Amino acid sequence: MPKFENIKKVLILGSGAIKIGEAGEFDYSGAQAIKAVKEEGIEVVLINPNVATIQTDKKFVGDKAYFLPITPEFAEKVIEKERPDGILLGFGGQTALNCGTELAEKGILEKYNVKVLGTSVEAIEKADDRDLFRKTMINAGVPIPKSKKANSIEEAVRAANEIGYPVMVRVAYTLGGQGTGAAFNEEQLRRVASIGLVHSRISQVLVEEYVGKWKEIEYEVLRDLDDNCMIVCSMENFDPMGVHTGDSIVVAPSQTVSDEEFQKLKSTSFAVLKALGLVGECNIQYAVHPVTGEYKVIEVNSRLSRSSALASKATGYPIAYVTAKMALGYRLPEIVNKLTGKPAGILEPVVDYIVVKMPRWDFQKFRNLNRRLGTQMKSVGEVMSIGKTFEEALQKAVRMIGNGRELTNQLNETDLNIIKNELKHPTDERLFYVVEAIRKGIAIEEVNRLTGIVPLFLESIKKIVEYEKELAATGLTQESLKKAKLLGFSDKKIGELFGKNEDTIRELRSIFNIKPAVKQIQTAKRWSEKANYLYCTYNSDKTDEVNFSESNKAIVLGSGCYRIGSSVEFDWCCVNTTWALKERGIKEVVMINCNPETVSTDFDVLDKLYFEELTLERVLDIVEKENHPSVVVSVGGQIPNNLALKLDANGIKLLGTTAKDIDRAEDRSKFSDLLDDLEIEQPKWSKLESLEKSKVFASRIGYPVLIRPSYVLSGSAMSVAYDETQLEDYLKKATDVSKEHPVVISKFMLNAREVEVDGVCDGENVFVGAIIEHVENAGVHSGDATMSLPAMTIDEITKEKIRRITRKIARDLCIKGPFNIQYLVKNRDVFVIECNLRASRSMPFVSKAIGKNLMDIAANAMLGEKIEDGEAVVEKFGVKYPQFSFMRLEGADPITGVEMVSTGEVACFGRSFEEALLKAMIAGGTKIPKPGDSILISVGGEKEKAVETAKKIMHNGYRILATGHTADALTANGIVCEKVYKISEGKKPNALDLLAERKINFVFNIPHPNRIVAQAITDGYLIRRKAVELGVPVFTNLELVDSLANALRNNINLQIS
Amino acid sequence: MVGYPEALTDPSYKGQILSLTYPLVGNYGVPSKVLDLDLPLYFESDKIQVNGLVIHDLCHEPYHWASSSTLNEWLSGEGIPGIYGLDTRRLTKKLRNRGVMLGLLQVFEKNDDPNFDVLLENCKTIADPNLTDLVAKVTTKNPVTYNVNGRKTVVLIDCGVKYSIIRNLLKRGINVVRVPYDTSANDVLFYNPDGILLSNGPGDPKKCIQTVATIRELCEKLPVMGICLGAQIIALAMGADTYKLKFGHRAQNQPALDLINRRCYITTQNHGYAINMESLKATQLEPWFINPNDKTTEGIRHKNKPVFAVQWHPEASPGPYDTELLFDVFAKNLEVH
Repeated sequence: MPKFENIKKVLILGSGAIKIGEAGEFDYSGAQAIKAVKEEGIEVVLINPNVATIQTDKKFVGDKAYFLPITPEFAEKVIEKERPDGILLGFGGQTALNCGTELAEKGILEKYNVKVLGTSVEAIEKADDRDLFRKTMINAGVPIPKSKKANSIEEAVRAANEIGYPVMVRVAYTLGGQGTGAAFNEEQLRRVASIGLVHSRISQVLVEEYVGKWKEIEYEVLRDLDDNCMIVCSMENFDPMGVHTGDSIVVAPSQTVSDEEFQKLKSTSFAVLKALGLVGECNIQYAVHPVTGEYKVIEVNSRLSRSSALASKATGYPIAYVTAKMALGYRLPEIVNKLTGKPAGILEPVVDYIVVKMPRWDFQKFRNLNRRLGTQMKSVGEVMSIGKTFEEALQKAVRMIGNGRELTNQLNETDLNIIKNELKHPTDERLFYVVEAIRKGIAIEEVNRLTGIVPLFLESIKKIVEYEKELAATGLTQESLKKAKLLGFSDKKIGELFGKNEDTIRELRSIFNIKPAVKQIQTAKRWSEKANYLYCTYNSDKTDEVNFSESNKAIVLGSGCYRIGSSVEFDWCCVNTTWALKERGIKEVVMINCNPETVSTDFDVLDKLYFEELTLERVLDIVEKENHPSVVVSVGGQIPNNLALKLDANGIKLLGTTAKDIDRAEDRSKFSDLLDDLEIEQPKWSKLESLEKSKVFASRIGYPVLIRPSYVLSGSAMSVAYDETQLEDYLKKATDVSKEHPVVISKFMLNAREVEVDGVCDGENVFVGAIIEHVENAGVHSGDATMSLPAMTIDEITKEKIRRITRKIARDLCIKGPFNIQYLVKNRDVFVIECNLRASRSMPFVSKAIGKNLMDIAANAMLGEKIEDGEAVVEKFGVKYPQFSFMRLEGADPITGVEMVSTGEVACFGRSFEEALLKAMIAGGTKIPKPGDSILISVGGEKEKAVETAKKIMHNGYRILATGHTADALTANGIVCEKVYKISEGKKPNALDLLAERKINFVFNIPHPNRIVAQAITDGYLIRRKAVELGVPVFTNLELVDSLANALRNNINLQIS
Repeated sequence: MVGYPEALTDPSYKGQILSLTYPLVGNYGVPSKVLDLDLPLYFESDKIQVNGLVIHDLCHEPYHWASSSTLNEWLSGEGIPGIYGLDTRRLTKKLRNRGVMLGLLQVFEKNDDPNFDVLLENCKTIADPNLTDLVAKVTTKNPVTYNVNGRKTVVLIDCGVKYSIIRNLLKRGINVVRVPYDTSANDVLFYNPDGILLSNGPGDPKKCIQTVATIRELCEKLPVMGICLGAQIIALAMGADTYKLKFGHRAQNQPALDLINRRCYITTQNHGYAINMESLKATQLEPWFINPNDKTTEGIRHKNKPVFAVQWHPEASPGPYDTELLFDVFAKNLEVH
């Protein structure tokens, strides 16, 4: 049967900001869905405030992208205006699913006659409501863990007693295991259940038999309206049950499952989908007992997910595209290759390689964080490697993570007991402890007993570890080098064993003719004859049929793993650059990237895709194979940028700014010299030469001082020292991060405004995209700052100064491409703090605000064409607002500073700054206080500003609560407020009690910056943390609070466009 | 990547060297020969049927609860040679471009020095197994009865049957009499069966002259189900034609589309010959399933008799269980008849 005929316009809900558990994968799946729908001649309307996505681009979705919060209130307004015939809920993660379910429950979809396409809301509820799910599975004869629902802590305790400890507490309607946890006794249960109840949309948890250390197997399943079912991919978790799959290393296809088991699980999957009535794609997780083979269905995701994006990339089968087609009424056999008409939908992909997915955590950025892994996801990104053997793929994956580590790097840990404890209680370091344990001779059986990781994988690691020893002993011969490469060792690592650098090993490989083969992923070819979905391996004799002969070609280096500081915005820059280069006549654009959560790794988007490491070694391998085309390093964030000098040293031509000029900006010391030469003001600075000299310098210019390493993104190891002890501490941290490049100390300016310029330069002409102002005073990392367009408090004279300096720097550095310069402004004085000769995080935001794609202009500049010397006009008010994931990160203090901690961002637009700000805040998940709500205010240090802010909102009907001195200050200034006890005062009820009783709706907690000490458990920390755990909005910045107060005072009407 | 214990013991692979494209083989070891319904639970016949195995990487430390030996131990125990460390994808491509070809797998001892010229010369004189009567080598020598005290009895004509086919009948409470492939119709009818199942097997259907004659007669009298080679023999018996496919269907992911209700199933296929769709027109047979990829015939049925056959393996093993329901259709035919 063909598609439904009465569908002419479809609304798609996006997933909003990137957060832990909901990342860039939804840009990929949403983009594929839009493509699939548009192909049918159907109009698409999209709601997604994630401004850095491809799916919201005009080029992609047209004018109908609404940058609005994904809430039923805003969705209803859009539906009312656009009158879509159908709605797709499965492409925007849990955010979209939850919003859609609410729209249905509120009768809005019925009211406007909007048909839910694909899986019905009833089916979504059956899969997501833990209790309904349980009943459905029992009726269908599908084995599941014993469980009971509970609506209160006491009910949960009773349920656990019935089932027996340990138990698992699960929450309905969440993702990334938010609010879930294992409990081994009643005390733990009470804690976990109380958090779980808060996180549930329907205040319900499920207490369940705990199956820790069972094998975790996942299937990606498709089902159409005729009940045709198929499996796209099977996956096996390296880390067994007990560690969230998002925090597990995952292998595809499954490796320790026999045919009989495989088929049994597959048939069960089909039965599950049928029982739930799901149409489209679904992810099913099984726990399989390693000794008895008993299995249970753990969870079903009735939507596109992180796993489905991974499965798409692992197989070359476009799951989201096919799912969208099925939602429009197509049956699997009817889904064909658009060009050839050959069936492509109904074919289970088979692979002749192995895929390893590896998570990335950024725990080092947070203070007080609990690093243990469990049932709540904590990773911020992932990579995928492809190899012919597990050993090869595993070693590649470790390098792809992008922190310079190798699998077999030694840990500084000799105590076997500590190692064993780390094996038993996993953290982000577990894999390296496994390696260390095996190296130290702990038996595989014991490692298996402690970790639950199956011996098959452990034996592979042992093979690697043992070969490393053997290689060091035998020395480098053609045979031994070849074997090392087969096992996935890098040139760099091999070199280290012999005290040689990687260039030497590369030369040796060249002499021995040991080179990787380039392989095609065949399934992609079924969808597009032109697809070139490639990877490299040493475990094959022969390169597949790939055309390397095109001479008009460029390579764009992708952004690699998503991490704090480098996320979907750099993928946006990469994809837009490749498209721009194509449009400007480059015949073949090649992408290298290793992040499965991206649009840039969609085999359909580019001429050639290498799903590969962004290491010097691999980039050189590919450049060689592709006959030395030019390489773009300036659009993928810091990873490609950091390769600039090394690629240049290897004779590779960079497209755009030269490596030497990049170094002049990235090397903090050279850059500060340059500013001095150009007579441009900057905060007083000094290069770190010795600790003593630094101390002298710091006391001369006066504390606080800022410590900055070179060549870093997201302010890694950047810190503000308020005294000499802190200075010593932080200097050590910074030199660890920046070994090859200098560290600089500069004056940290208080009460300064921070301004950024995003622009493009062709070496001469400079196009200023926008002058952006931060809402927060300087001191909050630009990635964590709320950005305003246009700049609000900077006057024309100062702006003119900024333009002049911008041009001066851009020309002096001979920039040919995108750049970003950051400034401090104090009393009309302008100081330069940083210049990046690459695309910046804010460029998608700026591009969308000015209606001009900066990547298009940058492509012109890179190709040597002249660009316009001028400045864009900002036509509407725009606010970019950060998204934090503190709730996921147990213990993490939700404060901001010079090192970035946010995971994503949204942007909204409006008729005024206030309107845009409020919408952006809502889009970022903040519940805006309503009259009658209680706001708790506590401010460290000076209180004047807090008093001013409180005055603004005191007449709007809010109940104001305050702690100790803040309360005194407010009362003294005639503001009616209730005094609340601090925890340290030892009296009840204190602030925490009130929070727990839900008597506080909003927290303004402004810590005094120089009182934030590592690991200190202060009153402020306890309040902030508790609020985060209970989902109560916390604001820790005065300027931001003040802007919010202005917006609240003015009672702004929030419109959709 | 899964299913090597089943594939290696599948009699349809008799006389062949099997090469697997998935690079990692042997991960879950080899299960023990426990019996279920008098048949080894995890295998498709009593021994390894292939002449040799070619893989990329062999797992020496398998991990699975049901494993009792390694793949290497099993092969050497049964005296079947294998080789690993080969780029099997490259080999597959060659086979795909040039078609299935004859090959030689010779084992050398540690200090032997193989002479490649001699080996290449030897290759030219390998006897083509397809020219021999492969079915004769794998069929049962004598009738075997599997009695589950069912109400119905099926005679299974064994052209190289996989045990899973027998298991699927027994599971449904049907007694099975397994007879040699060249049994005459009269001899089959002697068992007073309620239906006939014509099994899978190796090689060219046109070599099974006696079986074609037997089945022609039985189709007039009893419900019949054919699988793989069995399907081709039924087609020949009813006057249709078969031919050798340029690219045989050998995989666990092949779609089969039901032409009547448009349902599509994922199936295990292992056939080098196919039924000529055109030739069906002149017979009482009609196409039932096709492969949507190359549009070849995957299933046929009689226009007015309870006779049907499919080219794939509804008994799976290895492969998906999606079409086991065909055994239910057959069982129902036995009741109605």
